Amino acid sequence: MRVTFTVNGEEASADGVWAGESLLYVLRERLGLPGSKNACEQGECGSCTVYLDGVTACSCMVAAGQCEGRDVRTVEGLAEQGGEGAERRLAAVQEAFVEMGAVQCGFCTPGLLVQSHDLIARTAAAGRGVPADAEIREALAGNLCRCTGYEKIIDAVRVAAEREAAEAGEAV
Amino acid sequence: MDFLRPSTLEEALAAKSERPAGVPIMGGTDVMVDLNFDRSRPPALIDLTRIAELREWSLEGGALRLGAGVSYTRVIDGPGAHAPALAQASRSVASPQIRNRGTVGGNLGGASPAGDCHPPLLAAGAVVELASVRGVRRVPARDFYLGPRRTARQDDELITAVLLPRPAGPQHFSKIGTRNAMVIAVAAFALALDAEKRTVGTGLGSVAPTPVRAEEAEEFLAAEFDWDTGAPPAEPVVRRFGELAASATRPIDDQRGSAEYRRHAVGVMARRALAWAAAEYRGGLGGGTRCA
Ligand SMILES: Cc1cc2nc3c(=O)[nH]c(=O)nc-3n(C[C@H](O)[C@H](O)[C@H](O)COP(=O)(O)OP(=O)(O)OC[C@H]3O[C@@H](n4cnc5c(N)ncnc54)[C@H](O)[C@@H]3O)c2cc1C
Repeated sequence: MRVTFTVNGEEASADGVWAGESLLYVLRERLGLPGSKNACEQGECGSCTVYLDGVTACSCMVAAGQCEGRDVRTVEGLAEQGGEGAERRLAAVQEAFVEMGAVQCGFCTPGLLVQSHDLIARTAAAGRGVPADAEIREALAGNLCRCTGYEKIIDAVRVAAEREAAEAGEAV
Repeated sequence: MDFLRPSTLEEALAAKSERPAGVPIMGGTDVMVDLNFDRSRPPALIDLTRIAELREWSLEGGALRLGAGVSYTRVIDGPGAHAPALAQASRSVASPQIRNRGTVGGNLGGASPAGDCHPPLLAAGAVVELASVRGVRRVPARDFYLGPRRTARQDDELITAVLLPRPAGPQHFSKIGTRNAMVIAVAAFALALDAEKRTVGTGLGSVAPTPVRAEEAEEFLAAEFDWDTGAPPAEPVVRRFGELAASATRPIDDQRGSAEYRRHAVGVMARRALAWAAAEYRGGLGGGTRCA
């Protein structure tokens, strides 16, 4: 079957999609977007997290056919357009991950970035303040990292949230 | 394998009737695991995510009608206040990403004995609404679970909604697992007190081939509970309630826990739930907000 949906703001189509194929497979193998990682294929690890119609989901748990006409945003689409002609700028959470040393082998990073991006969008960037560490941990409970011990990841999310909160505050 | 995309309930029911072996897919958090691991190759997937009414919830005279396709996240954020134990259970499911997709209808469709929705639905006296081209019927949760992963749903039927009576007293859900997130229950327990009918509802998960009620425990507590004052039940009453709850289990040993541990855990959860519920009941007597 043919499946057509929006990915990172642009329409994309894939042909010959098998009925049982996951969104993750289509993104990686048919649309050239390997940012979302394939690890557990059972929703346990969060490495394939994407936005689907603005809500985060494990793309391995979504049938590609369910995405017809929907809107998908992957880790490749987190970097923001910095204005006319300007280079794309990493999202605050991506910069904070780099700065704080929240990346080791990097395999879990794309999923953590999308899930953290969502948390920050719903809290700090929405003027609701910086999430407490417990809230950060809860939001990231479905993202496994086997290298870092999570401390630097939590630090990075907190720092990014603080920056977003400051910006949101200035905007008010 | 075919991928069917009905856009109305009528189309979906027609599809399920023509292809009774076709597998409905909503959140996909059970279905996709089976597909990814080559455990099943159904002749067709029937995508239910385009059917608007499955995603809706509404209040009918204080009773909650929850569409089968409402995600756990939406249960928690929206109608959860009208189904307290189900909301607590929803919060305990998996991770945010899974809660964003997984649904109550999918939990009922799979009917795993460990599914977290079942104990609260049993305790609260919920009713499952089933539809097919032949018509609509309503099956009380207590008659829905027939055997391991076997339910009263016929092959041509879809689950369209669950109906929950207005909560007339405290409800509590607890669950035991190895960590706080991403945990399939080792044992789960739900309790609902109905201050108006002066009845008790229970639901037990992961401790028998199907989700079950502890009927003897329900009758015992309904008779012993001080419905006028909600006074803390005496120690022998609490203990007996826990014993009767534990005796309703038919657990097995598996990689998640031993049968003995499960039976013990249900007794402990039942006693704790009773203490919480009694305290909440007393708190509600004065302010009259008990039924909020
Ligand atoms: C990582 C992970 C963690 C999990 N943790 C938990 C947990 O803590 N607690 C828990 O209870 N579950 C857990 N689950 C299981 C799953 O998320 C739940 O059972 C969820 O409720 C399934 O809903 P769904 O919409 O995703 O179902 P789907 O996968 O779409 O469907 C599940 C089953 O129900 C059928 N079905 C779906 N909708 C209907 C309908 N309307 N009518 C008839 N049949 C239907 C399908 O054909 C299928 O058999 C977990 C799953 C994963 C992947």
